[in-house]
Amino acid sequence: MCMVEVEKVPKPLPACATPVTDGMKVFTGSELARGAQKAVMEFLLINHPLDCPICDQGGECELQDLALGYGRGISRFSEKKRVVKDKFIGPLIATDMTRCIHCTRCIRMLREVAGKVELGATGRGENMEIGTYIEGSLESELSGNVIDVCPVGALTAKPSRFKARAWEMLQHASVAPLQHASVAPHDSVGSNLFVHTRRGQVIRVVPRENEEINEVWLSDRDRFSYEGLYSADRLTAPMIRVNGDWEEVDWDVALQAAVDGIKAQTSTHGSEQLGMLVSPTATLEEMYLAQAIARGLGTNNIDHRLRQGDFTGQDSAPLSPSLGQSFEQLEGVEAALVIGSNTRKEQPIAGHRLRKAAVAGASVMFFNPVDYEFNFNVHAKVIVPPSRMAQSLAGIAACFPDAGSSAGETVRTLIGAATPDDTQRAIARALKDAGDSTVLLGNAAVAHPEYSLLRALAAVIATASGAVMGELPEAANSVGGWLAGVLPHRGPAGEACASPGLTSRELCGNPRKAYILLGVEPEYDCWDGGSAAAAIATAGFVVALTPWASEAMKANAHVLLPIGPFTETSGTFVNAEGRWQSFAGVAAPYADSRPGWKVLRVLGNLLELDGFDYTSSEQVRDELRLKVDAVSGSIGSAHAAVATSTAVSGLERIGDVPIHSADALVRRATSLQQTPDATWAGVRLCAAQAEQSGVGDATSIRVQQGETSVTLAMEIDERVPTGCVWLPAAIPAAAGLGPCFGPVIIERA
Amino acid sequence: MDRFGNFLKSLTLSEMRKGLGVTGRYLFKRKLTVQYPEEKTPQSNRFRGLHALRRYPNGEERCIACKLCEAVCPALAITIEAEERADGTRRTTRYDIDLFKCIYCGFCEESCPVDSIVETRNFEYTFENRGENVMTKEMLLEIGDKYEEQIARDRMADAAYR
Repeated sequence: MCMVEVEKVPKPLPACATPVTDGMKVFTGSELARGAQKAVMEFLLINHPLDCPICDQGGECELQDLALGYGRGISRFSEKKRVVKDKFIGPLIATDMTRCIHCTRCIRMLREVAGKVELGATGRGENMEIGTYIEGSLESELSGNVIDVCPVGALTAKPSRFKARAWEMLQHASVAPLQHASVAPHDSVGSNLFVHTRRGQVIRVVPRENEEINEVWLSDRDRFSYEGLYSADRLTAPMIRVNGDWEEVDWDVALQAAVDGIKAQTSTHGSEQLGMLVSPTATLEEMYLAQAIARGLGTNNIDHRLRQGDFTGQDSAPLSPSLGQSFEQLEGVEAALVIGSNTRKEQPIAGHRLRKAAVAGASVMFFNPVDYEFNFNVHAKVIVPPSRMAQSLAGIAACFPDAGSSAGETVRTLIGAATPDDTQRAIARALKDAGDSTVLLGNAAVAHPEYSLLRALAAVIATASGAVMGELPEAANSVGGWLAGVLPHRGPAGEACASPGLTSRELCGNPRKAYILLGVEPEYDCWDGGSAAAAIATAGFVVALTPWASEAMKANAHVLLPIGPFTETSGTFVNAEGRWQSFAGVAAPYADSRPGWKVLRVLGNLLELDGFDYTSSEQVRDELRLKVDAVSGSIGSAHAAVATSTAVSGLERIGDVPIHSADALVRRATSLQQTPDATWAGVRLCAAQAEQSGVGDATSIRVQQGETSVTLAMEIDERVPTGCVWLPAAIPAAAGLGPCFGPVIIERA
Repeated sequence: MDRFGNFLKSLTLSEMRKGLGVTGRYLFKRKLTVQYPEEKTPQSNRFRGLHALRRYPNGEERCIACKLCEAVCPALAITIEAEERADGTRRTTRYDIDLFKCIYCGFCEESCPVDSIVETRNFEYTFENRGENVMTKEMLLEIGDKYEEQIARDRMADAAYR
């Protein structure tokens, strides 16, 4: 299509493949050039079917646009058109391979961006076909982007297949704009996205270009999680429990019931018997109002760090966890040590940035409990059981002379006792030699029962090697939770509390009489799902503000208040860089649900608390913004420590959270739940360990953690170190089990 | 003079005679009045009356839910919802035309790539209750089935000009 005429060249030349020379005269619109362009167009259309009316790409199709500009009105091709069998490439991407024009952009995208060659071309010329060769689902966490790069309708989104035409969802001149800017709600990258709606309902999600954050890409989780928005268990009206049965009631009645219930419990048992668990995917405004309610009721028992395993270092923590750099800078590092993170699956876009760094020659190194698969060359890796992570990390720190001399007692002892091996030395050397380097802490580090120790050791390594210390917080608003003061020990903007309340782990471990849950499903969202669920079940009064009500929620809650998920409320997410990204509600509230911040505001009014007179979410945000901007000096010190190392005897669990189980929304996204990342629900352990535990040839085993035991499928996987059982958390199969990390017992089922 | 002229006119009843003359002339002229509903005026094969959704001869509905009619409709009278049918084809689950909004411009018929939505010759329809003005997919298909022969004949007659 890029044929041009060049002076003194008899034939048209392809502009994309012709080097420019001095004094060259190029005619892009001459008769010869136009003729050549039209001829190419005709060739492109020879085998392309005329099924635009039923094609999902119709209206936003690059080939359609080109045909309009360069195509003939009538086809001269009277021979048979080729027909290609459609391939199955997973639950997310629908194929219509007859429409393919062999541009091979999908192949390139998967190879160069997603880093996994999953699509390829077989055959040549007329017989060329794009496919996976061996039928199977695409496994890349960025696979959805092939839909965007495909110029025709050969690859389209399966979940929204045939639901709407392009023009119904894009900007519409006469009606209100139907394409809305928003921010991804699943990871702390905060990818920018467009939500496409039709008649107030979300139809699909596509990336919004932002070179500083997600470039033009979007992870599958952010792209397809919208399916969960309208799942069958979405609440349609406020509900209260009357004599054990659920009744749909008006908002006034439900809010009054919530207020009465809370007051009854706090007046009889005292306000310290109230606990508040806030989802880290809640908006900043919801978080700020939630903590204001908790503190207005006289308690500091509020937390959003639901999957954090260790809180001993919380007083010395900085104002908020942070990446310590921008995502663009992350891409430019020369060395990175990532501690406890399956970055690809936890923060796909951050993983992509790390990959870009690695491809550019950076030494990216991992320190993990499981040998996760990465889509680039890992410079060095240390794979150790969780209980030995601190010891082993101290080994890296010990490679630096005088490292940790200013750190706490525990850290110094650990470093002193460590004898580094070759890998640890190699990691230390790579960090030291690199110009720009970084040390990052991921989900497994935060959920680790010795998190503060790992953090302190990471800080020691970062300081000694001159690397930037950073964290990859788990959820969309994990950082916001710290700023808004959804913490037991700190109020908004890091203001210290006189009498710290209970952390999320304590709130689950020491059951309270009353709970307020904001978007939380305790059995899946908490570090110790089993005890969290039990604590909620035994509480005298539970108010749940949630878009959805699972069976477990209905069994334990007393008042259910339907709030809107991120698409139906205005709000703000603060990403890992500390970037405040506000967004507006883009879809009509579902049935009788209301934006969370409005519900909390009215709840505050009914509880007769001061200061709940906001008329917009922006007002709430600006109030917090002022407080955060007024913070002077730094809060906390990374070196102060710390938990004591606890040895685990016997087997220990590695309970990471699978990519598509991270929060309530994505757990309900049906198509994502069918992807290879989500379908495995069982135990993995290495052959040696299986042999040692006497389950070598078993296909399913019984796993006991604490007093609960479940029977699960078993798979031999050499990525798991000896002494460990890799049993993901936040999946239904493992519901009821204890903490993400901790001792487990396995036996034949 | 005027007064005398008027007097003469009224005396001779000339105005009345003139008027009756017109009546008399028309009494014997060829009649234009059509005795509707017993008699009907001739219709063009392009007549744009009540809508219908057509089927293929094998009974399969023609509509493929491309929504071009919905997009082109100047009165926003058409509402379509689509889904993938069990056999993988693209089909409507809802096809409503609000006859109160419709201005019978025929754009829907012109835009249809599969000659599914058509306007029939039927202009004699009434509603007794509010809500009946919205024609659903089932109703439209039924009309299509009923008038298919006529519809097909009309399209054939017009084919050369389309």
